Amino acid sequence: MILADVAATEPSAAMEILWIALPYVVMATMITGLIWRYRYDKFGWTTRSSQLYEKSILRIASPLFHYGILAVIAGHFLGLMIPESWTEALGISEHTYHTLTVPLSLTAGACTIVGFALLIYRRRTVTRVLERTSTGDKIMYVFLGLAIVLGVLVSWYASGIFGEGHNYREDVAVWFRSVLVFQPNGAIMAAAPLPFQLHAIAGMLLFAIWPFTRLVHVFSVPLQYLARPYVVYRKREPHPTGSRAPRRGWEPSRRD
Amino acid sequence: MKVMAQVGMVMNLDKCIGCHTCSVTCKQAWTNRDGVEYVWFNNVETRPGLGYPRAYQDQEKWKGGWELTKRGKLKLKQGGRIKRLATIFSNPLLPEVKDYYEPWTYDYDTLLNSPSTEHTPVATPRSAISGESMKIQWSANWDDNLGGAPEYAPQDPVVKKIKDDVTDRIKFEFEQAFMFYLPRICEHCLNPSCVSSCPSGAMYKREEDGIVLVDQDACRGWRQCVTGCPYKKVYFNHNTGKAEKCTMCYPRIEAGQPTVCSETCVGRLRYLGLFLYDADRVTAAASTPNEQDLYEAQLDLILDPHDPAVIAQARRDGIQEDWLEAAKKSPVYTLAKEYRVALPFHPEYRTMPMVWYIPPLSPVVDALRETGNDAEDADNLFGALRSLRIPVEYLAELFTAGDVAPVLRSLDTLSAMRAYMRDKNIGNDTDDTIPARVGLSEAQMLALYRLLAVAKYEDRYVIPPAHAEVAADLDEMGCALDGEGGPGQFAAPPPPQRVSAESFHMLKAVRDEQRYGAAVTSATTDLPHWNGKGVALGMPKVRKSDD
Repeated sequence: MILADVAATEPSAAMEILWIALPYVVMATMITGLIWRYRYDKFGWTTRSSQLYEKSILRIASPLFHYGILAVIAGHFLGLMIPESWTEALGISEHTYHTLTVPLSLTAGACTIVGFALLIYRRRTVTRVLERTSTGDKIMYVFLGLAIVLGVLVSWYASGIFGEGHNYREDVAVWFRSVLVFQPNGAIMAAAPLPFQLHAIAGMLLFAIWPFTRLVHVFSVPLQYLARPYVVYRKREPHPTGSRAPRRGWEPSRRD
Repeated sequence: MKVMAQVGMVMNLDKCIGCHTCSVTCKQAWTNRDGVEYVWFNNVETRPGLGYPRAYQDQEKWKGGWELTKRGKLKLKQGGRIKRLATIFSNPLLPEVKDYYEPWTYDYDTLLNSPSTEHTPVATPRSAISGESMKIQWSANWDDNLGGAPEYAPQDPVVKKIKDDVTDRIKFEFEQAFMFYLPRICEHCLNPSCVSSCPSGAMYKREEDGIVLVDQDACRGWRQCVTGCPYKKVYFNHNTGKAEKCTMCYPRIEAGQPTVCSETCVGRLRYLGLFLYDADRVTAAASTPNEQDLYEAQLDLILDPHDPAVIAQARRDGIQEDWLEAAKKSPVYTLAKEYRVALPFHPEYRTMPMVWYIPPLSPVVDALRETGNDAEDADNLFGALRSLRIPVEYLAELFTAGDVAPVLRSLDTLSAMRAYMRDKNIGNDTDDTIPARVGLSEAQMLALYRLLAVAKYEDRYVIPPAHAEVAADLDEMGCALDGEGGPGQFAAPPPPQRVSAESFHMLKAVRDEQRYGAAVTSATTDLPHWNGKGVALGMPKVRKSDD
């Protein structure tokens, strides 16, 4: 192994909890949470759009944020899932890779963070939107904001614009893939620079609360629409006649 | 040909007095909840006027409904699938709450807890959304009875369309203006653009009765349907984040009862019944190149329920016998297709709407009466219809994409009925040439009068109850506990039998018995499945003595 010396360092309890146990707790929470939510709260599975209240800020902020975050997700996939050896096999040197991806990731990060800031500004200043923001939304914004801010910090740190930069593909990405194949290499992550560690923790916390927030709408990207006939026909549904209480729906839907 | 059934509605605008009872009862039944304060599944507009939401008919602005591409294919006016998915993060064409109106309540606490003061305390309006103090500036019916018409009526998108040729002649001074009320619900279209624009596939048209619904568990709140509907009859519940719309009161329709708006209409102007239509030709009909031919194309989709070929095909397509019988007696078929007095609402949106309107004759009659003429005389009415262009042209923009001929035909029929029946009612000799002038026999004229003016409850509403036994093949499921280890504790469970087969044989026996008085072979009496008519299965038969 390339970084055998790092892996050989003494494993500490903190390292084991943060970089070996936590990822699997998060994965389990996210997967079971999503299944639970889908089975028992399809009615609550929505974007909860606030466009009806206000649309002039949303019109700029929402696409900026969403397209930014989509690019960020694509960037994470590229950076974490594609091993450095693969790109090198294609003849792309670390320097070339770095030069190509840094401007892209900084642009995507900038779009995301500006969009996010505008959305938060809108949520805070437009009374109608603020009044209709749930506690769950507020908690979610804290975690999402934390992950985004730390993420931008990390890409800045990695870019080498200030300081010498850092090749996260040699530690963070290796750890990430090791977790996915169930052979977690926690030590290598424990040795990564602090900003990366903080961003990873924020990200994991965000994933852990994901199924219980409005973020579930991410899993409803309606791509099937592209291949569907326009008009949908369905047979009449039988009315439930059992003794089980009906699930949440339409009424009563009092706001707390 | 594929025959499908559609529950349709006809509204006779001549009888609407604008009392809003339908709106209020609908609101009490369906939208008296948090999140839909601003929503009226049923609303009544004064025309000319802006309507609700404001100027919703301006499709250059809202892009509802369909349009034809250069190659003659149907396309949603708001854009193709890829374009709309790309703009999904902020639907650029969604009306804001102020386009409907900001719902409000009053600060009643000020009144209830006021100490003794010199001046009467005032309950100020508060926004029902934000709770802030607000100024009430608009509502679902702000321009009711032409209130503010000099300001609002010229902004009516329909007026704007016809204004070009008759600018000087439209005046909105109260005493000179014509007006009528237009109650609106969801059109339950044959080619619904809301269903077609839903990315999640949550909106659907029911196969059995054509009612368009939103699956609340599948809706993800993308809001494309609100834009897609040119009538703006799909609404966004801002509390639940889901789309909601008029349900045609399907629980009532399934039980054979009229919708709440129909049931409570004091003018008795609503009619409910079945249309049979050819589902295979809907897209072709909606793609008719010339907008003014769309009305004919839509009529052409509607099949004659008396035609043996249609009946045979309908049976093959699984439509039940009692539904076929109801289709034959359908008042909406009679008014829309047989007499052609009812017209579709904005056929140019290419949605094939299924709520039809009988255009109002009253504005013409009133105008005629004011000139001192006999407003019940057939000749006077026919003449007035043609000289008073504005009302007719306005109606044509609403109902026939601007083609005045079908509107005149409908209004002529109503005029002829009015003149003919006046003679009959006051005991004059009836003039049998009057029905002939609109292509009807005297018997047909009387039948139309009976349907429109007498309008008995059972003639207005011909609604066959839904067939619960075929709903999603429910009875195939049987009882989950029938089997090994179930409450029966069978030593050896009997071989599984299809529940439908079982109930089929049972029901067939009951039916045979009622029809033919067939001998009963069953040993036990089956009271639980007895519908109260005829003889229950297995009940000892009492024969009449003359048998």
